[in-house]
Parts: sequence; C-alpha cells; structure tokens
Amino acid sequence: MAYPTEFKYTKEHEWIKPDGATATIGITNYAQESLGDIVFVDLPKLGTELQGGKSFGSVESVKAVSDLYAPASGTVSEVNGDLANAPEKINQDAHASWMIKITLSNPGELNALLNAQEYEQFIAEEGGH
Amino acid sequence: MAPVEVSPKVRRTPLYATHLELGAKMVEFNGWEMPVEYAGIIAEHMGVRTGTGVFDVSHMGDIRVSGPEALPAVQHITMNDAAALAIGQAQYSALLYPQGTFVDDLIVHRLGEQDYLLVINAGTREKDFNWVRDNTRQFQCRVDNLSDDFTQIAIQGPKSRALVEKLSGTDLSSLKFYWFRRASICGLRDILLARTGYTGEDGFEIYVPADETTSARVWREVLAAGQEWGAMPCGLGARNTLRLEAKLALYGHEISDTINVWEAGLDRFCKMEKPEFVGREALVGAKSADLRQTLVGLEMIERGIARDGYRVLDLGGQEIGYVTSGSYAPFLRKNIALAYVPVEFGALGTEVRVEIRGQGVKARTVATPFYKKPKSSTSGSP
Repeated sequence: MAYPTEFKYTKEHEWIKPDGATATIGITNYAQESLGDIVFVDLPKLGTELQGGKSFGSVESVKAVSDLYAPASGTVSEVNGDLANAPEKINQDAHASWMIKITLSNPGELNALLNAQEYEQFIAEEGGH
Repeated sequence: MAPVEVSPKVRRTPLYATHLELGAKMVEFNGWEMPVEYAGIIAEHMGVRTGTGVFDVSHMGDIRVSGPEALPAVQHITMNDAAALAIGQAQYSALLYPQGTFVDDLIVHRLGEQDYLLVINAGTREKDFNWVRDNTRQFQCRVDNLSDDFTQIAIQGPKSRALVEKLSGTDLSSLKFYWFRRASICGLRDILLARTGYTGEDGFEIYVPADETTSARVWREVLAAGQEWGAMPCGLGARNTLRLEAKLALYGHEISDTINVWEAGLDRFCKMEKPEFVGREALVGAKSADLRQTLVGLEMIERGIARDGYRVLDLGGQEIGYVTSGSYAPFLRKNIALAYVPVEFGALGTEVRVEIRGQGVKARTVATPFYKKPKSSTSGSP
C-alpha cells in the first residue's frame, strides 16, 4: 500500500491533507487494517474547535473502539456525512474516505507530523511487518 | 492502538502455525494466543449463518470423571441432571460455588456407563480442574485433566451437517443436537463427534489428537472438503458476535463468581428437583428472595454501540446497571447488548440509556435470543 506523499501522518494513524488554509483528515490504511470491519464513526459537529493532538471523535470496528486524534488545530468546516450510513467505506479505501475538513488555526503544526516515508517506516516498526 | 503485550505465559494451540500461514490476525484471549479473524469478522459471521465456518477451539479444557461413583460425583458438582443423560448424550450445565454463583459453565458428555467428559472454558481450566478434583474426593472416581489431549475443531452453520457427513462418510440425520458418537474422520478412527456449538446454529465439534501434524492436516482437510459450501476459517471475533446474537453466556461476562443462576436466567439448566448439588441450598434461598438484578437484551435506539462494562442509566441519568457484552450484530445489522439491570427494568420495551463516552445513548429492552436459527435447519433441541 502506497501512502500518498501529499499527506502528513500522525503516530496515532490519522492522515491530513493540507490545501492552503484548510485541510482534510482521515485514518490511514494501516489503521483500518488493524481495526478490521468498521461499523461506526462518531464525528464532531460543524464549527467544533479542534486542538492538535486531542481526541475529536471515535471509530469503532466490530471488535474495538479507537479514539481519533486531531493532527492539527482548527475549526471543523465540513463533515463526511456518508460515513454515518456507510462506515465500511473506510475499509474499502481509507485514503479516499475522508472524515472531516478543518480550517487550520496554526498551519505550522503540520511540520511536526510524519511524511509518507517516515510513516511507512513507523508502521513497519510498530506492526512488525 | 498499542500493540498487544504478549506475556511469556501465553499458550498456543497445535494449530497456531497453521493460523499464521492462513493469514489470521492473532490476539491474546484468556491466556491464549488465538486467531481473532481471517477474512473479517462480518464475513465470517455471515458465513456461519448462511453456510459453514470452522473454528479452532482447542483452548477449551476437558476433564474426564470416571469410575463406579462417577455419576454421583458429577451430580454433586453440576447443576443440571446428569442422571438424565444416555450414553452418547450431552447437556449444558455449570459448576457452582456454595453461594449459587458460577465456577464455570460447561458441557457434560456421557461417554460410557460410568464415564463423563466435561468440556470447560479456556480461562478457567486450572480453577475448574482443581474444583472438580477437590469436590469429588468423597466419591469413588478418577478425575483426569485431558485438556491438552485434543485439538477441538468446531464446524458450524446450516451447511455443517453436509460437510461433516462428507468428512465422516456417515449419515448424521439421526444424530440429534447435543448428542455425540464416535466416527472416522480424515482417516482417523474413533473420533469424538458431537453435535454441539456456540454460535446459535446447527453445528458439530470434533476432538482429534493434539499433535501438530495431525491437527494441521485435519484442519486443512475440513476446509478443503467444505469448499463447495464456502467453508471459511473463523476466529474468536465471529465466535463472540455469533454467541451474542444467540444470547449464549460467556464466563466473566454474563456469568461469574458474583452472578447466581437465577440472575443469569439459566433456570432451565438448573434442576432443583435434584436432592443435592453444590450451590443448591443458596439457590433455594435466593429464589424466594427478590432478585437484585436480571439479565436483559438491549437494542440501541440512538446511534452508538454499547460495549462490555459500559454503565446502564435510567432515562433520568441515574446508574442502574452495566453491560456484560455489547457489539454490532452483523446478521441483525443492529447494535445489541446484554446487561444486568434491576428487575423492574426487565419488562420488554423498557427504555434505558447506555453511557457511551459520557453521553446517555437511548436503548430499549428486547426479547432474547436476539437471533433464532430457522426451525428446519436441525433436528432435536438442546
């Protein structure tokens, strides 16, 4: 699985795709594989203020509940409503199935995140495969 | 998602290497490193409901009680009536503490005139064996721990009979649910073949020699023979969602050393007409007293999944109970749970809340089992 080079990544397995002052957020393919069949996502409402590194919602597979952590601070400007009725889309294509879009309050925070190559190395070490 | 810490004491079944080769995702469960899923929990769950699935349940323990007083010994330590068993018949039962709470639940098989096999849970193997040995000392019987002698494979689902008939070359229409016989399977003679399971479907369990080579060969031959019915290897993830839909108790969840038989709603497997068994006296008292709590089925009304250990609240937000098992139910496509609540909340249709990450999410009590297999798919009843 190739990890897009235009994304940045967290060690909690979220991706963020910056686009000027806004950014799109989802979870990585590694995350969906670890979780297994995803059956529920709990996402914030429009206008919610997110703090980088803090939980903004959760994703649940049949077996496990996992918190979602904001890769960067900002205000929620869009929520992917499709995922409420079709959370399995994340299993089918985690990098296309975005969860939220935010207006970045401090774009400089992105510099602290992993790039694709660093993330791939990180999961190779974490997963042992 | 921290990686699971595997302690050095974790045990593996003889099929461990086979599971890895087949790409299973492994987890630790009650001290065992077991497959949690292969193709995915939902696919495996649906496979068992509509076709057939194959599970490694070798982590289950086995205790043999034999000798002239084997029956009185089994009668003394279990709550169901073992005297009602014919040779070749099995029954769901439990070992109880004197307080009427659970040491474990189990299946009692009558192997011979004075010969019984108790199949017990993985996490309680040592505790159960010690309990059985210590509480049968006054009887003339032998107690043997056979837990490591068998690789136990469960073949479950509406197509399981066709698969096991093909494997054994015998007609199984006369083998009723909760009966067993000896059969030749995969070239092995005299294999214990029981029509039992933990999925709410028709199904069989076979007990083959525990050596790794034989176990791996049988596992692969079962799957190969089942290809025409779409047989798939299944993990503990699907085993859990299947048993939850069927409201089958799991030790440490619906039953434990603090829950008694009446609370758990297992009355029909507890034979109070038996003059004596460990726990009986306490249950006589408990029956006449008011129950503290009762096990109910919940279906979520609002969005959210109740999970094991979550608090149950009344509509006003007061804590009234707790969830013992909760999950998305793949066949029913609903979020369901089992929970202990005060008896007055037990009526069907009662609305309550489940606390999910600080929010009281609405649920209602519903009839259980949540799922019942279609009547025609098997003969007999447990």
